[in-house]
Amino acid sequence: MKGILVQAPGLFTTVQDLGREGFGPMGVSASGAADAISLRIGNRLAGNAEGAAALEMTLVGGTFIFEQNAVIAVTGADFGTLLDQMTVPIWSSTQVKAGQTLALGSSSSGARSYLCVGGGIAVERFLGSASTHVLSGLGGFEGRALRKGDRLEIGAASSLPGKRTLSPQALERLRPRKVLRVTEGPQSDWFEDCAWAMLCGNTFRVSEQSNRMGIRLEGPRVPIDASREMITEGVSLGAIQVTPSGQPIILFVEQQTTGGYPKIANVISADLHSLGQLRPRDEVRFEQIEMREARALLREQEELLASEELIQE
Amino acid sequence: MPKSADKFARFREASDQSLLVSFGETIEPELHANVVKLLRLLQAEPIEGIRNLHPAYSSLLIKFDPLQVDHAEVRTRVISYLARLGEAPLAAPREIEIPVCYGGEFGPDLDDVAAMHGITSEQAVELHCSARYIVYFFGFAPGFGYLGGLPSALATPRLETPRAKVPPGSVGIGGKQTGVYPLETPGGWRLIGRTPLTMFRRDESVERMNLLQIGDQVRFRPIAKEQFAEFVGDARGQ
Repeated sequence: MKGILVQAPGLFTTVQDLGREGFGPMGVSASGAADAISLRIGNRLAGNAEGAAALEMTLVGGTFIFEQNAVIAVTGADFGTLLDQMTVPIWSSTQVKAGQTLALGSSSSGARSYLCVGGGIAVERFLGSASTHVLSGLGGFEGRALRKGDRLEIGAASSLPGKRTLSPQALERLRPRKVLRVTEGPQSDWFEDCAWAMLCGNTFRVSEQSNRMGIRLEGPRVPIDASREMITEGVSLGAIQVTPSGQPIILFVEQQTTGGYPKIANVISADLHSLGQLRPRDEVRFEQIEMREARALLREQEELLASEELIQE
Repeated sequence: MPKSADKFARFREASDQSLLVSFGETIEPELHANVVKLLRLLQAEPIEGIRNLHPAYSSLLIKFDPLQVDHAEVRTRVISYLARLGEAPLAAPREIEIPVCYGGEFGPDLDDVAAMHGITSEQAVELHCSARYIVYFFGFAPGFGYLGGLPSALATPRLETPRAKVPPGSVGIGGKQTGVYPLETPGGWRLIGRTPLTMFRRDESVERMNLLQIGDQVRFRPIAKEQFAEFVGDARGQ
């Protein structure tokens, strides 16, 4: 046999890549990794192109029996990783031999861990992407989270890299933030100054009801004129919409393509990966910045990801 | 005709990677026609750096790669397209008939909807079938078309608690809109019937994946339970 046998799937493990952009007119959500930076780095450590398909695990990791030799890299939140009882460092490449068992534990901080495998997880692509979209049951491995007994195929590895590790400085700079920076949203002008003061002056707690579609926040009510009705419009990733009851919800990677709640703010692109590491009951704060600052921060982040010092061989 | 493009379209920076182009704040076929024209132009002549388009009733959200272009550049390019909306390659609107088995197990909320409006279930079905609907856009789930044109006598608020699972093909009413659930998903619209047609065809080419297209005109036709089974048989045989 070849590939990977799922001995235990973990709490919620799906196949993800960088998502399928361009099908909004059909109502198809982009989906993709919740922490795209961890996925991109993990793939590079494993010798893949940045956007190769990998496993995204949530809060509790899985146990996998490798039926072939492979190079792997585990990134994102540290769930504790054992290869046949030996601890495996995260943010590093590791050689796995056929017959070995890789077992991930559970999260001590952060929500998502990525298992990247040299050659990538081979699943049939749907609209150009391997990403699972759970609500619609499309993409990934049979459109669903993994179950015990599933057998995953591995693609042909293009290179067999030597030991690779993420530089500690880069890891520090890419650490997920608990103060999320936001720009104004399309309905910012619907909200009074006191709503902004409420959003940026308080701590919010991530609700248990959060998932890849949306991160619901508990905390003070954000004042909103609930009598004012808006008509449904396209919504962007990271938009902070406010329900009539004043609850903020951050639209996340499996978001619907359109929505009808007013949006006060939007998490900046450079902080989107931090959303993927939020656990239920985590506390977050918001800080408003200007659009040009948001652009500069993203450019800075991408320069770091493209720099030669990012990965040490 | 509008005098200048930025007079009739409003631009809003929705995020650091998206720009919202809005033609108005109401649901009207004329505003929607502008959305479709701009969408078709952008699809026919893609602007470099644009990654996704999210059309809705009277607006289009343009998602772009912020490392390649910025709001000002996208806006300038879109304004040049707005001046050429008349050239948009628009297909003649198709007329699509959707057979629906109303009520019973297929439409568990039909009787409630009728009762809320003080009419009989038969009258509710007749009303639902009397209108010609327009496909405004797809949202919520792949292939879920928001259909405008529901007779106001049928407008009904959504369920207080959405169902965890709505069977594919279910026809629902949500506020002033009606639509067909293409896939098994959660859903809060009131279910009045079910169609045997497959609305989202994942094995088809991209162009044919959605049975409906934006701008299509839709009519519903009542069928009996026995016919529903025949349709399903046909679909399998295809």
